[in-house]
Amino acid sequence: MLYKVISLQILIGLCFCFSSFNLLAAIGVYEFKDETKQLRFQQLTAELRCPKCQNQNLADSNAEIAQDLRTKVYQMLQAEKADAEIIEYMLARYGEFVLYKPRLTLQTALLWYGPFLLLAFGIIIIGFILRQRAKTFTEVNKNTLPSVDNKKLAALLNPTEDKK
Amino acid sequence: MARMWLFLPVLLFFILGGLLWKGLGIDPKILPSALINQTFPNFKLESLKTDSKMLTRADLIGKPVLVNVWATWCPACRQEHAQLLQIANSKQIPIIGLNYKDERESALTWLEQLDNPYKFNIYDHDGMLGLDLGVYGAPETYLLDKNGIIQYRHVGVLTAETWQQLQELIHAL
Amino acid sequence: MIPEIGEFSLIIALCLSVILAIIPMYGATVNNSLWMSFARPLARGQFCFMLISFLCLTYAFAIDDFSVAYVANHSNSKLPIQFKLSAVWGGHEGSLLLWGFILSSWTLAVSIFSKSIPLDMLARVLSVMGMIAIGFLAFMLFTSSPFGRYLPSFPADGADLNPLLQDFGLIVHPPMLYMGYVGFSVAFAFAIAALLSGRLDAAWARWSRPWTNVAWAFLGGGITLGSWWAYYELGWGGWWFWDPVENASLMPWLVGTALVHSLAATEKRGVFKSWTVLLAIFAFSLSLLGTFLVRSGVLTSVHAFASDPERGLFILILLIISIGGSLTLYAFKAPNVKSSAQFALFSRETLVLINNVFLTVMAMTVLLGTLYPLLLDALGGGKISVGPPYFNAVFVPIMSCMAIFMGASMSIRWRQTTTKNILQTLWKPFIGSLIIGVIFPFVYGNGFDSKVFLGISISCWVLSTTMLEFVQKFRHSSKYLTRLRKLSLSYYGMMLAHLGVAVVAVGITLVSVYSEERDMRMQAGDKVELSGYQFEFQGTKIVEGANYKADQGTLVVSSNGQQIAVLKPEKRQYTVKKSMMTEADIDPNLWRDLYVALGEPLDEAGTAWAVRIHYKPFVRWLWLGGLLMTLGGLLTVADKRYRHKFGVQNG
Repeated sequence: MLYKVISLQILIGLCFCFSSFNLLAAIGVYEFKDETKQLRFQQLTAELRCPKCQNQNLADSNAEIAQDLRTKVYQMLQAEKADAEIIEYMLARYGEFVLYKPRLTLQTALLWYGPFLLLAFGIIIIGFILRQRAKTFTEVNKNTLPSVDNKKLAALLNPTEDKK
Repeated sequence: MARMWLFLPVLLFFILGGLLWKGLGIDPKILPSALINQTFPNFKLESLKTDSKMLTRADLIGKPVLVNVWATWCPACRQEHAQLLQIANSKQIPIIGLNYKDERESALTWLEQLDNPYKFNIYDHDGMLGLDLGVYGAPETYLLDKNGIIQYRHVGVLTAETWQQLQELIHAL
Repeated sequence: MIPEIGEFSLIIALCLSVILAIIPMYGATVNNSLWMSFARPLARGQFCFMLISFLCLTYAFAIDDFSVAYVANHSNSKLPIQFKLSAVWGGHEGSLLLWGFILSSWTLAVSIFSKSIPLDMLARVLSVMGMIAIGFLAFMLFTSSPFGRYLPSFPADGADLNPLLQDFGLIVHPPMLYMGYVGFSVAFAFAIAALLSGRLDAAWARWSRPWTNVAWAFLGGGITLGSWWAYYELGWGGWWFWDPVENASLMPWLVGTALVHSLAATEKRGVFKSWTVLLAIFAFSLSLLGTFLVRSGVLTSVHAFASDPERGLFILILLIISIGGSLTLYAFKAPNVKSSAQFALFSRETLVLINNVFLTVMAMTVLLGTLYPLLLDALGGGKISVGPPYFNAVFVPIMSCMAIFMGASMSIRWRQTTTKNILQTLWKPFIGSLIIGVIFPFVYGNGFDSKVFLGISISCWVLSTTMLEFVQKFRHSSKYLTRLRKLSLSYYGMMLAHLGVAVVAVGITLVSVYSEERDMRMQAGDKVELSGYQFEFQGTKIVEGANYKADQGTLVVSSNGQQIAVLKPEKRQYTVKKSMMTEADIDPNLWRDLYVALGEPLDEAGTAWAVRIHYKPFVRWLWLGGLLMTLGGLLTVADKRYRHKFGVQNG
């Protein structure tokens, strides 16, 4: 199947390589008795990646393997399996690749904590800059114009200031 | 000291550039199997040729084998067929076919017309063994050791070069 | 003959950009005004030849010259003419030509609208843009020329354009997006020129600001269009997939947003100069990085170009030379930049700084998420996927925090504001927003929802603080009309863009929480109800388009017994490529979209079909907000401040 796609691409010289499978929105009919299961199905198929597609989740992909896996998710839900069990099932067969939400491990620690560390780092840097600036700011203002309301002064000195 | 900080962006960028350069050599579409170093999944399926005989994992155990996932709807399978025949003729390792999501009749005609490299074929009509095996597209080829433990998986057409690599692995078993 | 003229023009354009990159730059270094004055005519010449080249390719498409390989692969004689013409940028080579053409247009624009800029500055800016042009033209000529021929025998007809691209979206989205990507090259060129000349001051910020705002506005517009296009064309009903290609455009936009704000602070207050320069370099670097990711095949994406490691290597080398070079230059030159202006802890400067940190961190989050699978794989850590759940978990909280600061910044003045003042102006909108955020989910939905609370509160907060700031302008004045007129266009632009953020926030929140979708098996006469709308399926019929055949379903939508729309989703088969495509049908309005897509027939006779029905509340607000931001960005440039000649002065 993988090569079916690739050889097609070569044949027709696609440049935007939406393979011909992907053009069709995947619409499968799965009947659920209760709403929570339907929602769990939608969530699970949205968070699991189709193993052979370009970059699509199980819900959107029309590839055969995605259809099979959707059906599998449906069957497991009907068999009252927990979400964790379903994910475990997929992981055992296709590896970490199928999870769009990578599990937190040592390898993905930087991925999960990186942005927040960076944010903290940025705020600390700002803190430093501001402390320095504020210090010189008050010094300068104290030395020159101790008793004047700074805001009014600014408005006086710079009448166009409010024009952004 | 403050000056050194300014070199941080350049430094980070060159690290990134190096990794991107390495990334160019990697095909993002090839997935390693999640089942490496695990036993071949258990199954109970008919053989392609006769309905009566049921095959199980026990049939794969005893000595190293190649398990080749194929189907008649897969043009790339046709491409690698000659290579499979060559491997079969070399008698180095038996090839066991896993006929994946296919029709029995067309599969048998295919083997009749193109010759049969397989010792026997597992008929996985609804693809459930394929699912357990983590197959995501035919053709795929698995190398099993004598205990039925998956040593290697190749996705895509089995070329002469891949066979070279496989031979090294087989000798190492 | 014509394609050869096109190729030849590209070569001449390359030669001209080499001269442009060397002569004026050298002239500026040795202070030779004759050599510097070569910059303008060279920029114009380069533009002319790029134009000729571009027209040649367009002509080849128009007359169906299938001896040109690129045309044969991306067009067909039956393709409607508007798609033939936009198929010019429907593939890798042609879109690269569009990139180059837009770059030369920006270069031309700089050379025209720069009467007030000193000659040496202009010479350097144009030279830097010439260097960028060298890279891209060489890339085009050596690895991906669109003018290659199939000779002596060529196909009788073309392979046709990918059906997904046969749409209005292709006509407008790529040019708009590329205007943005490439537009950041101007900001970049100004930054490099300023570093080289050592003249990093408020005047530099003022010169570079309108260009940056326009590029930012175009990029935002392009992203908005792309999101809208994906929404109606892919048939999945999604508007943002966190796909690498989308991320590639979001990253420069985020950094560009930071740059727009930081440039404002630099122009008005003379602060953050060195940071602003770094942002300008970042913004363009991320544009280039995006090009690399999309065209090299290192990442899998639904809409990447055909990948080719050789091309990837070429762009990577380009990337390393340009980004590595400029960052190194920055590291050496930035210490000379001194910021003299002071500001207090509670001032708009502080908030601009905070906003910059948030936006940069957001961009880095997207970068990390996009590249992590690749980096981990390169380090031997195996294959993983990073997708929407990750970004929703990490990006969205950071974005929400930023919006809170964003609202506050509107009421805080430059230089200094007292704490008392801040609290006085802001407590009412703050409490008000929280109250609306609590009430809204009860009124609109069926009970409290924390996501809705957060989203609506933030939106109200941004909206109310923006309006408050506007109203306060009239507090001491009774002549409203004169006051309205006296406010500058760039002020209105800012207002509009900030309102756009509030509108987008409403859209994102409500469409994510209150969307409903159902996949159904439907036969003629079947009815289904979703979110208070009844959908009746009336079967399918076969219709024929210019280059496709389709099964067209009919669904009658009614609400409370009243018919409100007839939707006709199609499942098309394009005759040339034999590919199937879902063409959804939508009944849009400001408050909700009803979105219907047709799947597969479920029985032999073709009477039962799989049908997907979406109810998408407030989804239009996403693009409306994006549009407001774009308009806001464009409006700031129309400000008359930028049309006057001005020297070095601090506003």
